[in-house]
Amino acid sequence: MTQNRSWIPYLLILPTVVFLGLLFVVPLIQTLWLAVSDNGVPSLANMQTMVRDINFGRSILNTFLLTLAVVPIQIAMALAMGSMVSKVNGGRETILWIWTIPLGISDLAAGMVWLSILQNTGYLNTLLFSMGLIERQTAWLTYQTPVALFVGIAIAEIWRGTAIVMIIIVAGLNQVPKEFKEAAEIFGASPWTRFTRITLPLIRPALQSALILRTVLAFEVFAVVYALGGRNFPVLVGEAYNWQNQNQNYSVAAAYAVLIMVISLAATLFYLKVIKVDPERLP
Amino acid sequence: MKRLLSIAFLASTAIGFAGQAQSQTVFLSTQLRPIEEATAVREELLSGLERPVDYVVEEPPQFAVRMEAERQAGRHTISLVGALHGELSPLADKQMLEPLDDLAKKLVSAGMPQSLLDLGKLGKAEQQYIPWMQATYVMAANKDALQYLPEGADINKLDYDQLIAWGKKMEEATGAPQIGFPAGPKGLMARYFQGYFYPSFTGGVVRTFKNPDAVAGWEKLRELWTVVAPTSTNYDFMQEPLASGEVMVAWDHVARLKNAISASPDQYVVFPAPAGPKGRGYMPVVAGLAIPKGAPDKANATAIIEHLATPQVQLKTASLVGFFPTLNVQLPPDLDPGVALLAGAVTATQSAPDAMISLLPVGLGDKGGEFNKVYMDAFQRIILQNEPIDAVLKAQGETLTKLMADTKAPCWAPDAKSDGACQVE
Amino acid sequence: MSTARNAGFISARRLLLWSGIVALCAWVLVPIYLVALGALGGRSGVYQWPKTILPTNVSLQPFILFLKTEGVFQSFLNSLGAAGITVTLSILLGAPAGYALARYDFRGKDSFRLLVLLTRAFPLAILALPLTVSFIRLGLYDTVVGVGLIHTVLALPFAALVTQGIFLGVPRELEEAAWVFGCTRIQAFFKIVAPLALPGLVATAVFAFVISWNEVFAASVLTVRHRTLTAYLLTVLSESPMHYRFAGGLLLILPSVVFIFAVRRYLFAIWGISSK
Repeated sequence: MTQNRSWIPYLLILPTVVFLGLLFVVPLIQTLWLAVSDNGVPSLANMQTMVRDINFGRSILNTFLLTLAVVPIQIAMALAMGSMVSKVNGGRETILWIWTIPLGISDLAAGMVWLSILQNTGYLNTLLFSMGLIERQTAWLTYQTPVALFVGIAIAEIWRGTAIVMIIIVAGLNQVPKEFKEAAEIFGASPWTRFTRITLPLIRPALQSALILRTVLAFEVFAVVYALGGRNFPVLVGEAYNWQNQNQNYSVAAAYAVLIMVISLAATLFYLKVIKVDPERLP
Repeated sequence: MKRLLSIAFLASTAIGFAGQAQSQTVFLSTQLRPIEEATAVREELLSGLERPVDYVVEEPPQFAVRMEAERQAGRHTISLVGALHGELSPLADKQMLEPLDDLAKKLVSAGMPQSLLDLGKLGKAEQQYIPWMQATYVMAANKDALQYLPEGADINKLDYDQLIAWGKKMEEATGAPQIGFPAGPKGLMARYFQGYFYPSFTGGVVRTFKNPDAVAGWEKLRELWTVVAPTSTNYDFMQEPLASGEVMVAWDHVARLKNAISASPDQYVVFPAPAGPKGRGYMPVVAGLAIPKGAPDKANATAIIEHLATPQVQLKTASLVGFFPTLNVQLPPDLDPGVALLAGAVTATQSAPDAMISLLPVGLGDKGGEFNKVYMDAFQRIILQNEPIDAVLKAQGETLTKLMADTKAPCWAPDAKSDGACQVE
Repeated sequence: MSTARNAGFISARRLLLWSGIVALCAWVLVPIYLVALGALGGRSGVYQWPKTILPTNVSLQPFILFLKTEGVFQSFLNSLGAAGITVTLSILLGAPAGYALARYDFRGKDSFRLLVLLTRAFPLAILALPLTVSFIRLGLYDTVVGVGLIHTVLALPFAALVTQGIFLGVPRELEEAAWVFGCTRIQAFFKIVAPLALPGLVATAVFAFVISWNEVFAASVLTVRHRTLTAYLLTVLSESPMHYRFAGGLLLILPSVVFIFAVRRYLFAIWGISSK
């Protein structure tokens, strides 16, 4: 805009920059330093402690498996929800409200919700028992039932985290002009072709932000896992929490934090590269 | 919009600060943390005092951080601390506790055993803390389980083979393993290894960490674990699975068994943990009360200690939360029958001819968590992941050696005394 | 004939559609209903086996008992306080930044955007560790304000990016017209832009609220006595009986259900505008 007022935008972003500088960049650098130093001298000791810990490999594997299982299902569910709700006229707002409720539910609360269902005397066992599928209480959340434990945690995560994806995708779908679809219908395109050829490309920006947001959040999963799996299902943030809180070793916790950041950044860059979108459209 | 926001800001700040302004005596405790116990402390044990007390609970690691932060900052808010013997000893090492000798003299004449009070000196000339309450770990069984007890086994003198045989019979009869351990993230399983498993099998905790006795012990534990409920790694408190019938036999801290047993005392028996080849290891727990140097309200803190050490309050503590008196008082027969059962098992443990006392770790400072992790990692690798015992103990032993060298903590019972840091042999 | 078959086909599709919608609604609502049963069933309800799905043996007593527990109400207030600070700061700081991103081209815009994006890729809560030390020094440790500040770091990037979208949605021509008619920039902003952007700002505020309300990790690291509800529950609930845990879960869920209901209309507008 006007050149003589070029200081205005800087004035406007100044508070944010100062705030993030003090409360984000400074502690970020401190964390980085904490992770790669030992008693004030550069050292890889913390990284070694982290890598040699018995839960390190498992927590990486678990975090990745969970992300790979949860994110695609959430995207698919959100797309299904979006197309369903677009065909409804009455009650649309109520339906969307109900589907959005988990957005406001913390992972801690979601963990408790699913614990009440999956624990030994919980509702899942009651259901299976009343259908005659099991004879007594069956334990699902133990180290001996890793598959059931994994599925339980994944279901809880899907339950909690789909809402945010759905909001982004529904908003994206709302932007697809009706004319495109109508035109395609006239040319006799099947619903599937319409979806893959018209809808999907048009909601790319929404898809991209949904994927970035959800993947980063999936790498930070912690409280749900803690509530359901206890120590049976180590994940990265959980390990950071344990090192910080139970073992009182901030340096190793910082090493985990740095690792999580690197993975999240890599995932973000991956999505930015694979799903190309005009940067202006990034929400 | 702006006005709205500023109102919201002011209101929220005001809300945040509401209730923080009153001048209460802050009592920070690592004990009696669970919500029901903390409520009992606030509403029953601390009632009747002249000045209001703010009873705040904190997990042991954060407790250490908090005390250290206040010391460094030189700004004190806490007037009274309640914590375990081992948690208070690093504070005493840093000269952070007020001497309490006058109070100790008073309590001797009120009937607190001198031997117990001497523990509170933490090896120093002055009284560092006043013993507040004591506890230990025991086993509890649903009476339905007794029919499967192997022949000739005396429940008060069990050994590991009998426990395993018992577990097998129960599993055969019911179709599911019925023995439970608190091996969840907040459970006290690490104390099982430090106070029960290692002393019973090896006669030590640190020195004997990877010797042949330890290897034999782990093999025995593997055998036992085949009849232990796999949900054990989710259990933090054994009272819940006992009460819900998920397990019939459990090992845990008395305070973490109390709710189930007090709710239906006729349904349970309580007995000592099993003995191994070296004896019947057990770990007494002593919690003490201490006043930090620089405490803002010393006078009231002293009054609270005296209040908590009166016979009435000590008995009330036993019946409400399951910790036993440090005063030499008889538990009255009309005491909560569940607590009486637990007390009986504690006496049986202490007076067993093969009893072997194992103290809480001392001198580890803020490395207590990593010390526990050594034992829990060994457990996870050997028992849960079925890795070779020798290799695991060797690797974990190295970690333990390094940890002990870092902290320079000398050996404690049942390990033989050491010059300098306690080392794995 | 063909129209009849067509009608049958359509109604079959509608049936499918509605059963899908109902199933997804149940998928969201049934677990909440079940945890409410757990919260209201008390100690005996937790041990009951097999469970009943119907609300028998339910009373408000256990839940009220939980609410009366020392610390629950105060930490509820602390959560409100921290969330209020988060909302206020993230809008006051984030909205101008969003406006700058929407209306101006300036050097360093991309670096600024990168800084904001970077905060998203980092598990922010872990920054609470180094912040603990600085906060103790500044006297912000264990205060609601301190928690509000770190939660603002979480919500601020979000607020900046979303308000950018909102301001992009307000036609620039309207604002320029106001300047022509003699308004100063500031007047033009408050008279023209702000009212149009208000719904979006409200939704941003609620998002900021939800972010703060649900955050566990940073809040539990940075507080001891003045815990927020989530931090309080994380420390006490893991050592408490099941019915307390369920009551805690319910207490965390109820406010968010109400918040989401209050802004359900804006939720989609905000993303719709911002991904334009």
